Amino acid sequence: MKELSLHILDITQNSIRAQAKLVKLVIIESVANNELTIIIEDDGCGIPADRLQNITDPFVTTRTTRRVGLGLSLFKAAAEACGGYFEISSTPGVGTKVVGTFMRDHIDRAPLGNMADTILTMVMSFGAADLSYEHNCNNQLFVFNTREIKETLEVESLNEPEILNWIREFVSEGLKEIQEIMEEK
Amino acid sequence: MAKSLAELKAIRDKKLNEINLRHGKNGYRVVVGMATCGIAAGARPVMVKLMEEVDAKGLVDVTVAQTGCIGSCRLEPIVEVYDANNEKVTYVHMNAEKVARVVDEHLAQGKVVDEYTMTVVDGKVIDPTVKG
Repeated sequence: MKELSLHILDITQNSIRAQAKLVKLVIIESVANNELTIIIEDDGCGIPADRLQNITDPFVTTRTTRRVGLGLSLFKAAAEACGGYFEISSTPGVGTKVVGTFMRDHIDRAPLGNMADTILTMVMSFGAADLSYEHNCNNQLFVFNTREIKETLEVESLNEPEILNWIREFVSEGLKEIQEIMEEK
Repeated sequence: MAKSLAELKAIRDKKLNEINLRHGKNGYRVVVGMATCGIAAGARPVMVKLMEEVDAKGLVDVTVAQTGCIGSCRLEPIVEVYDANNEKVTYVHMNAEKVARVVDEHLAQGKVVDEYTMTVVDGKVIDPTVKG
């Protein structure tokens, strides 16, 4: 994957297939700690302990359309190649949490990339599920929550072009603000 | 923050009638393969471009959504177009440019773009419509 935002999009699709109602995405960028951390937590069906052990083995997958599963394997490899670590924990019936940490200035760290398009694509693919997104850039916070938008608009689905366009710009502008502050420092 | 939810609500109220039309049953349903294979091959720009073009052309009865791995990873990004009778056309190796043409010709005018479908064998097009 060329961008970390593509890994994020990929892993949240696992949550949707696990019938999550809420996906929580947290991104923490810190220059001081030389850290970039991505946390994806869902309330989906969870993964039984015996499957969790070898979940990042590329030849383990639950799908039937092919016999390899690369999503978590690739994310783990990306984190470990950048002096970071990968962690997954899950409780059947409660949910799953995936954490990937990267050394922010590592030469092999892929750029975070286009988060606005990743959020847009997530919203288009989430159906009735909700997304809560928190992005912390050197303690500057951007938050985005689809539940809040649905309640304001009194709709069940956000998959309408004018809403999607607004979300794309909202995320793009919001992230620009917190990232500019980081660059000034 | 420059953008507010109030602003979004105003945009939406203005377009409410149009949105109600979208849920008519005559339109196309478009799905994009969004498993690891699809995403790595470029499903995200395809999805974004679909949204942009459907919006630009004002196609109110088209819905765009995602599906998992379709099973032909080497042909990703894959876009499937279902019509009102659930008959399906599968487009393969898609990109933003091809999406623009599919929206213009297939979704707006009802003409399948044969050369982007997965049914081109040795330069000949086999009927690209799969009965639902």
